[in-house]
Order: sequence, then structure tokens, then C-alpha cells
Amino acid sequence: MDSDLVLELPTDIRSIEGAVDYVMSRCQACTEHARRLNLNFRVGLTEALANAMLYGNGRDPSKHVLVEVVVRGGMLRATIRDQGVGFDPTRVPDPTLPENITRPCGRGLFLMRSLLDEVSFNDLGNEVTLVLRLDSGGAFEGGAQA
Amino acid sequence: MSFQVSKHDGVTLVEVEGQLIVGNRQELKQQVLEQLEGGDRKFVIDFAETGYIDSSGLGVLVSLSKKIREQGGELRLSSLNEDLRTLFELTKLDTLFRISDDKAQALEGF
Repeated sequence: MDSDLVLELPTDIRSIEGAVDYVMSRCQACTEHARRLNLNFRVGLTEALANAMLYGNGRDPSKHVLVEVVVRGGMLRATIRDQGVGFDPTRVPDPTLPENITRPCGRGLFLMRSLLDEVSFNDLGNEVTLVLRLDSGGAFEGGAQA
Repeated sequence: MSFQVSKHDGVTLVEVEGQLIVGNRQELKQQVLEQLEGGDRKFVIDFAETGYIDSSGLGVLVSLSKKIREQGGELRLSSLNEDLRTLFELTKLDTLFRISDDKAQALEGF
């Protein structure tokens, strides 16, 4: 599937805010569903980029993060790939459990899974695909789905 | 992101403007820790002008709350918009913080 938008970002957490704003501005569907997507898609993309830069690329400025965004058939799909060795997403603890609630980190993947309709990883674990359905309500209807 | 710090009858009010995210969270943390080291113990962080907080921003609030409690103080939050409140509810951080509708309510009776 051809991408509507492709970005290659440096590993610089200061670039995340501008990159997310740019993707949102280029997405017509984001305009039509502004209120809902401003929370769900923005959160998901921001968290995915942060994870890719901080944990995937280990803050290494020589590495990049590739972002591909496609809007097709009532679906918004964003793929974020880093140059790291990957990780096992099934081993990330639930940050809402009492023993984890006071931990300062570990909420990014949880928010992605909570706010998007689909979150999937490649086998290596260095590429995440986020899907938000635009025509069926789905997870973004009304802003979020607990 | 920018923020303003003011004192109200022994309570330090930090008003955050913009997004509190991974790229700027350390600025807020440093500011609050400086106030804590200076002897302040009661803190309100107000988000009336904040559009978005990411997981790193949430993590900084958790970290600050813990450090303030260790010094015998308390961190309260105020003015979360609907989206921000959703994030706190999803992550169950609404159970960790005392959250007021606005800064006046948060300051009142602290």
C-alpha cells in the first residue's frame, strides 16, 4: 500500500511535537475528526515516536525513525520504525496495577493500546503499526475507550 | 511549554501553558524541585492552558508527587480538560492525585 506521508526523523525528542503537529496538519481525516483524533491519534503517535527514540534508538543521534502514514478505506494507519534491536511488547507490565501505579515510566504502550483500535508490532519489535478506524466509531469515538 | 510560578498563602502554584511532553518535561521537574529544595511543601500544578500531557509528562508528575511526599508535602492538580482527565482515568492516576476543577478550588483549604 502506498503511503500518503513518509517522514524520516532524527533521534531527537525535541522533534516529536513538531512532527506530530505536521502529520496532523497533513491529514484531511484528522481535520474532519479533529476532536477525537486530537486525543487518540496524537497520543498514539507521540508515544510511539518517544518509544522509538528513547528505547528503540537509545537516544543515539546517528539513528533515525521512519514514519509512514496511510489513510484508506475509513482507516488511518501509522507505522513507526526505529533502528534498534527491538523488544518483546508482551513483557511490558500493566502500569495501572497497584504495584506499578507509582512508577514514573511504562505508560506509553498502555496508552497506545487503550486509545487506538489496533496496535501491532513486527517480529523484531522495532516497528509498531497503529490503526484508527475513521468510519465506525471504534476506540476514538467520544475521545477514548477505557 | 512555559510556566508561571506564584505563591498563595504558603502554596506554590505552577501554571503550565502548552504541552507537557517528553521533550520539555525536565523543565517543569527542575522548576518544582528547586522550589521544594527552597522549602516549599504545598504545590498545585494547574493545567488550564495545557492541551496535552504525554506518558513522560504523566511520569514526571508521579515522580514529583513522590519526592514532595517524601518531604512531608503534597502535590495537587487542577483544571484538567476532558482529554487530560481521560488520560488520568485510563492510567488510574486520578486515584493518585487530588484533582480540582480549577486553581481556586485547589488552593482553597490546602
